[in-house]
Amino acid sequence: MRVALFLTCVNDLLYPDTGRAVVTLLERLGVEVDFPLDQTCCGQAHYNTGYRHETEPLARRHARVFAGYDYVVTPSGSCAAMVRDNYPRLGARARDEGRGDELAKALAGVPKTYELTEFLVDVLKVTDVGAYFPHTVTYHPTCHGLRMLRLGDRPRRLLEAVKGIELRELEGAEECCGFGGTFSVKNPDVSAAMGDDKVRNAESTGAEVLCAADNSCLMHLGGMMSRQKSRVRPVHLAEILASTEQRPLELPDQAGPVHVTTGSTVGEQR
Amino acid sequence: MSGTYLGLPSFPKAAHDSTRDTQLRANLTHATHTIRTKRATAINELTDWPQLRAAGAAIKDHTLHHLDHYLLQLEAAVTAAGGTVHWALDANEANTIATQIIKNTGETEVVKIKSMTTQETGLNHALETAGIHAYETDLAELIVQLANDKPSHILVPAIHKNRTEIRDIFTTHMTHWGRPAPDNLTDNPTDLAEAARLHLREKFLNTKIGISGANFMIAETGTMVILESEGNGRMCLTLPDTLITIAGIEKIIPTYQDLEVFLQTLPRSSTAERMNPYTSLWTGTTPHDGPHTFHLILLDNGRTDTLADTTGQQALRCIRCSACLNVCPVYERAGGHAYGSPYPGPIGAILTPQLRGTTTPLDTSLPYASTLCGACYDVCPVAINIPQVLVHLRERITQGGPTTTHGTRTTIQPAKGHRLERTTMRATRWTLNHPTALQHAHNLATHTRHLHPQHLPGPAHHWTDTRNLPPLPPHTFRHWWQHHHQTPPTTNTGKGTDTRSETATDTGTDTGTAGTDTGTGTGTGTNTQTDGGPQQ
Repeated sequence: MRVALFLTCVNDLLYPDTGRAVVTLLERLGVEVDFPLDQTCCGQAHYNTGYRHETEPLARRHARVFAGYDYVVTPSGSCAAMVRDNYPRLGARARDEGRGDELAKALAGVPKTYELTEFLVDVLKVTDVGAYFPHTVTYHPTCHGLRMLRLGDRPRRLLEAVKGIELRELEGAEECCGFGGTFSVKNPDVSAAMGDDKVRNAESTGAEVLCAADNSCLMHLGGMMSRQKSRVRPVHLAEILASTEQRPLELPDQAGPVHVTTGSTVGEQR
Repeated sequence: MSGTYLGLPSFPKAAHDSTRDTQLRANLTHATHTIRTKRATAINELTDWPQLRAAGAAIKDHTLHHLDHYLLQLEAAVTAAGGTVHWALDANEANTIATQIIKNTGETEVVKIKSMTTQETGLNHALETAGIHAYETDLAELIVQLANDKPSHILVPAIHKNRTEIRDIFTTHMTHWGRPAPDNLTDNPTDLAEAARLHLREKFLNTKIGISGANFMIAETGTMVILESEGNGRMCLTLPDTLITIAGIEKIIPTYQDLEVFLQTLPRSSTAERMNPYTSLWTGTTPHDGPHTFHLILLDNGRTDTLADTTGQQALRCIRCSACLNVCPVYERAGGHAYGSPYPGPIGAILTPQLRGTTTPLDTSLPYASTLCGACYDVCPVAINIPQVLVHLRERITQGGPTTTHGTRTTIQPAKGHRLERTTMRATRWTLNHPTALQHAHNLATHTRHLHPQHLPGPAHHWTDTRNLPPLPPHTFRHWWQHHHQTPPTTNTGKGTDTRSETATDTGTDTGTAGTDTGTGTGTGTNTQTDGGPQQ
């Protein structure tokens, strides 16, 4: 099984621990993971902001870099949705514009891209990944995972199998957090209002951790929680699943950290 | 569309004020959450909802693709039933036709059933200019009209008002329009409804002309269909001598049989009811029953231009149920007025810029009034892929491209005000397409992280106004992978492999070479992250 990790640009630069957690987790489950170093960005921000033509070279690059793998796995619902939903649209539009089938064919060569929880549940057929995380957690299902990928209860089943975890229901869980890529800059007031409500709902659960499977949403919410000195910590689902009794994920003491780390496991895993 | 809404600020500016109106936000949150929960229950009662949804979309698409045929069939059927059909290319023409019909009768007052099409054309204002007073009779429209306000929701035009505010509006303004509100009116809903009933009854009994829109027009019989909840519409449709119906050309469906689908999907999606209380159908004129004269004004106003766009045309399927508004988190915070159009919310964000064009700051901001969360697409009873059309319109705004304006295929230029963004997008695209450059950019960022400002300059300041930036870790993931992960790089054997792989020099020796970087992360103080790399 040739599995490539597609890490997404936000994770690579700002949340490398999420990538390490995915590697740790998959290797623990016996998967040999490769990280093609030529990967950069799927082009989602460009596409969603209306720069389709600027997206095309990035999509071509993505297709070239990941061609030949059996599976592509990514800890981001929105980037997986970009590849699966919008790449075919890019090809179709190029054809509509009289530029032939070349782009569509190139993009069709991308192996099926799985969001991490899909890969675990659907391909590896596992829900108990041997994780240990003795904390109270509330889960925010991100929009693209929920409505474009239809992840359903996969993330929840994985979380429920984590030893020591206590899950708390999040009110308005299925509502968007207000990030929306460039939306948060173009419509700052609405974005902040949406984020505020999400943070308030997370706080009212009394949970220590707000978990999601997309770091971009967590960056937005974590940034608000940090500014508001909230006691809730944003943590990516992959980091909870990578945490074990031997190497537990430690939550920082201070209120409002923006992200946490896999700490002592790094540098030793392989 | 109408001049009524032009000159309004762009969506972000309007939302800046409305998001700070705590009363407005409380009213909206309460109302939308109530409707959305009830709607979900009503939909779940039907086992064949997905099939109904697909059927609704298919009927609408079929009709739109054969619009010329069905419109001519409708005209023939209406004429045969004793009505008169008028064709209006734009809002002004529709208003002029309606004004002339009314003037020919010598009347100076009309009663109206709630109609978004006449909101779109700004009919009330046009009539007022011609000395004709138009009275709204839908309860919520009445509230909005008495308050000299604008509707803010497709289904619940006064959703932004609570009942105390409504009591005050009745008490203050009813007397200027006709029968005053009763003394000591309370904000009890029953009392408010009774006050409106008494006020409106006077208008229904004395007014000779009624104006309506249409939810559906049936081509095979020339029948107009209105669905409503109060019965006030039926009064307008039956009591006056003359009835004028103004409807967009996309409201047509081929047959009576097709109505079956929408009579199930529209009430459930809009009011969360199995069946709406009043469904009125009328065909031309009937001796001794209802109006003696019937005029149908068919309005284009940008619809055929919209139809010419293969991606955007699906917006014309809309049956105005408002389900997308009620689930939209952006609508909930910004309110309907921020959209500057009778069509607010997600459907307004795609319909308005298509009908009106993308020439004003407001219209170019509307396709960005969404996080693309997809909740609107999920609930739409005719499966309009609103996020897809939003992205499509964003592309038109940022890159320009082919479009149809007034029936002519043209290529429009990118909208103004995106120069900085365009430059940024091009620059980031270039960097992202050159991994070496990207790595240098990453290295520069991580090595200078202690110098990074906490408050960003330029448009990005919006981010740091309300949020802290994530502290930049000392190393990127790819740095860690190259230096600390021992898996030998697997050569990508796929077609068209890019041979510039930077893994070439990393042969899997997990040495401490990256130890030279250990000092870069110190001194930031705020970074809670452990340096994941060279700590062994």
